[in-house]
Amino acid sequence: MSSRAPLLWSVAGLLAAVALPWYALQEGLDSGAWLTGLWSSEDYASGLAQIIQHGRWWLAPVLAALAACLAICLVPTSRERCGAWLMIASAAGLALFVAQGLAIGLRGWSADWLVAAFGELAGRQIGTGAGAALVMIALLALLSIGLALRGAFGGDAFVAGAITTVAASILLFTAWPILRILVQAFQDGDGVFRPALLLERLAAEKIWSVRCLVGGGRCGVAWNTLILAVCCAAGTTALGLAFALIATRTGFHFKRTLRVLTVLPIVTPPFVIGLALILVFGRAGLVNQFLDWSMGVASTRWIYGFQGVLLAQLFAFTPVAFLVLIGVVEGVSPTLEEASQTLRADRWATFTTVSLPLMRPGLANAFLVGFIESIADFGNPIVLGGDYGVLSTEIYFAVVGAQLDYGRAAALGLLLLAFALGAFFVQRRVVGQGSYATISGKGDSGLPTPLPDAARRAALWVAVPWAVFTFLLYGFAFVGGLVKVWGRDYTPTLDHYTKAFAIERTADGLIWSGAAWNSFWTTVKLAAIAAPLTAALGLIAAWILVRQRFVGRATLEFATMLSFAVPGTVIGVAYVFAFNVPPIEITGTAMIIVLCFVFRNMPVGVRAGMAAMSQIDRSLDEASATLRGRAPQTLVYVVLPLLRPAIVGALVYGFVRAVTTVSAVVFLVTAEYELATTYIILRVINGDYGIAIAYSCALIVLMLAVILLIQFVVGERRLGRRIAPPLGGRA
Amino acid sequence: MKTVWLGAAIGAFAFASPASAQGVVNVYCSVQVEWCTLIANEFQKASGVKVSISQKGSGETIAQLKAEAQNPKGDVWFGGTGDPHLQAAEENLTEVYKSPKLSELHPWAIKQNTDSAGKTVGIYAGALGFGLNTELLAKKNVKAPACWVDLLKPEFKGEIQMANPNSSGTAYVAIATLVQLMGEEKAFDFLKKMHANINAYTRSGTAPMKAVARGETMVSISFVHDGVTEALAGFPVKTATPCEGTGYEIGSMSIVKGARNLANAKKFYDWALTPEAQKLEAQAKQFQVPSNKATPVPPEAPKFADMKLIDYDQAKYGKSSERKRLIARWDAEVGGLPKP
Repeated sequence: MSSRAPLLWSVAGLLAAVALPWYALQEGLDSGAWLTGLWSSEDYASGLAQIIQHGRWWLAPVLAALAACLAICLVPTSRERCGAWLMIASAAGLALFVAQGLAIGLRGWSADWLVAAFGELAGRQIGTGAGAALVMIALLALLSIGLALRGAFGGDAFVAGAITTVAASILLFTAWPILRILVQAFQDGDGVFRPALLLERLAAEKIWSVRCLVGGGRCGVAWNTLILAVCCAAGTTALGLAFALIATRTGFHFKRTLRVLTVLPIVTPPFVIGLALILVFGRAGLVNQFLDWSMGVASTRWIYGFQGVLLAQLFAFTPVAFLVLIGVVEGVSPTLEEASQTLRADRWATFTTVSLPLMRPGLANAFLVGFIESIADFGNPIVLGGDYGVLSTEIYFAVVGAQLDYGRAAALGLLLLAFALGAFFVQRRVVGQGSYATISGKGDSGLPTPLPDAARRAALWVAVPWAVFTFLLYGFAFVGGLVKVWGRDYTPTLDHYTKAFAIERTADGLIWSGAAWNSFWTTVKLAAIAAPLTAALGLIAAWILVRQRFVGRATLEFATMLSFAVPGTVIGVAYVFAFNVPPIEITGTAMIIVLCFVFRNMPVGVRAGMAAMSQIDRSLDEASATLRGRAPQTLVYVVLPLLRPAIVGALVYGFVRAVTTVSAVVFLVTAEYELATTYIILRVINGDYGIAIAYSCALIVLMLAVILLIQFVVGERRLGRRIAPPLGGRA
Repeated sequence: MKTVWLGAAIGAFAFASPASAQGVVNVYCSVQVEWCTLIANEFQKASGVKVSISQKGSGETIAQLKAEAQNPKGDVWFGGTGDPHLQAAEENLTEVYKSPKLSELHPWAIKQNTDSAGKTVGIYAGALGFGLNTELLAKKNVKAPACWVDLLKPEFKGEIQMANPNSSGTAYVAIATLVQLMGEEKAFDFLKKMHANINAYTRSGTAPMKAVARGETMVSISFVHDGVTEALAGFPVKTATPCEGTGYEIGSMSIVKGARNLANAKKFYDWALTPEAQKLEAQAKQFQVPSNKATPVPPEAPKFADMKLIDYDQAKYGKSSERKRLIARWDAEVGGLPKP
């Protein structure tokens, strides 16, 4: 590590403290109005000016720590000593930064005991701005460089930087908001701390009742949630595996169609599947009407409840399982299978004793993702649940319903987290410590073995009807956007589309007069910003979790999954709670929406990256290291090209989820930054299904286009050297 | 790694930019989206103040007000059923304001203002009643229910839908109405008997009326003005108000405590109580009764004069403690009963 990097970082940090406004600006940086007021105006002043000119003495120690870092870099000394001093100075600076941010808020001291200890404070401070943010980033960078110089993380500053970045960002944007809201579980309505209250809230009969088994009545929401999640996880894993096997290991003719169909549900805005299921299976739906008309069978309401929710979740989450599994199934090296067949094992024995066990990390990951998706799902239970309550809906109604009880919501949120935690540990037990590496640098890896007949038939029998059914469901939804009122008036019309997406040509040029354009472009813009950030952060996290050994690795791994397990509504409220007041005051901006997208969707990138990475033999990294490649080179030239399916998965998922998320952002959107989904939900609530479906169809087309674009740009990974014959090869 | 940090820094630059605070009013709007858009545009035209509107249900809005209490982002909360507004007043989330327009309002709207010590005011009212799917009634050859007691008849077995009071203000109004009409013990007896005829307690208060429109259920317990909207959209929906008498909601408006644009908020508040503002409701195809006596009422709208209304005690039944008690009792005695 040259001493240039710490020097650059300390200079950059100090520059930010002198030349950029320390606090957040009402009108944003791009207006440029702050340039003239950097010294004199209290609103626009830089960090240094705030200390000298405006009496904010508490910022001085932070800047002093940064200056100390600069001094340390300039003094020639040994590597270790320089590292130790850097570490101490930057850690002290960070601690002071955090302490002043938390202790001094909008009205001076932010806690009563601080007032009691130090007396009233004249000053106050608003949210962190560009200057403060850059100073903090510089201090973080210096901390990781210091750690690396002292020999931590293999002495590699890149690894140290990656780990600090991931850890700090997760701490800030996942752990902190969730902690803020979970503390509420121990507080009563007036904010008094009463630990016993949590037990009281969790022991409620409504949560744990088993009356559906004995005596009749409804079961507790905890049991409902667990049963649903296990069924959903098992179902999605099986379906996802079937699709992945067909896509990679059979000569099935319609593979491409199949792939598109499996991707369809994931690009579908929420409520559409639920609505389509109601249109088809509801009491006034096509199936019931037909049964009634042809056989006089009385209409039933079976779609509302466990069955309906499970069906909708299977539709919605099978593609996620597919995306997790396809990388793994593709990655199982044919070498081992060929070896097995050389040893006279038949195809079935090879499949069950070699291929399947090698897919175990993928299967376990898919199961985990399915389980967690199911317990955190909100859209499907709310549309189709009827009386069947699950924890996520229960939490939502504890927050927004007639009870308005944050404490209960937080307690239920804790329970949900406990379930996620349990699933996580079970998954780690199942995968265990075995080695699943199959991609090594040892030359030609052969061709994948076609599936044994029995497995192929089973996979086709599962997948094809499912695909046909999906196709039908989407067909109905699509038609729903082209008729006047579904169920009443089937006159074909384009009204819904023109209402949403009209563009008028006038003398002044084009006017985007459709009602949907504003939310449409906001959504596209924010999702396009969030997706690459999501993928980058997710894959870097996966890389350090799989490839690096350091203290607190398991904790970090769990923390990455945290935001995924908490239902969107809780995240949304938690974000408002945590980021509405200084030190970080970003509610009402586009930034909070992007951050919410990134940290909520990153876990899938992490899981997919980890599953794919555990297949890549470490010897490749070692080979790169032997050739004097440093960590960044190894990552860029060796690991990333082999991770292409995972990159595609993470990018696609990051974009698509950003476009389709509802529950997490419902508290974060404003008139200025309205999102497509919230707009659609409003139309649905209003009963205006035509325009909702029309808009959803437009979004689906957009997302498919983006997926194809991402596939095209990132490309596929090439493992073997042989070209597959047309049949039996990979898609 | 640098690139990631750089990206984060650029992100911080580009987006930490809330709108300027000059001549703006931020409205949390808990009525239908067309109505919200209309009032935003019309107020902007009438006053020159830029309206930034964000449409959310009343439950979501009070959740947001609570979360933002230390640093409020909204100025006015327009619309939504009265109970959450009373609750916000009780929890000191809203500001006292006596509008000069108060004298032009119906007595029930003024009473809402006095009940909350001046923190909220009625802007519209809607009566509770039944939503009926005429096609299903004809098909099963059942006479439409006219009174609460009709709902206990065996021919409605599995045909009635109402919302769950745990999550819906509409359902709470229904329970409070029955309690005021029959006395608490008899009301719960009634609810227990009616349980046999209920097919689902939905989460949202408007869902039962939508279910009636789509033919998912024959009868719903809903606000009757929602039925007019569905009927105009072409669905076979009819409404009725019970012969014994029925309760009503008072859609309300409050000014957020600590509003950043207090002057504009008051301007908006006064304007929203005028007939010019209130007739926008009918334009948005909503049919609650407006609170200004001078506002013209469209012919389709259900009229209070044609119904038997009880003297709904908003002050008593709008209190959180009474509400929590009744909901808990419903949950223990009715909601958890096995399905017959």
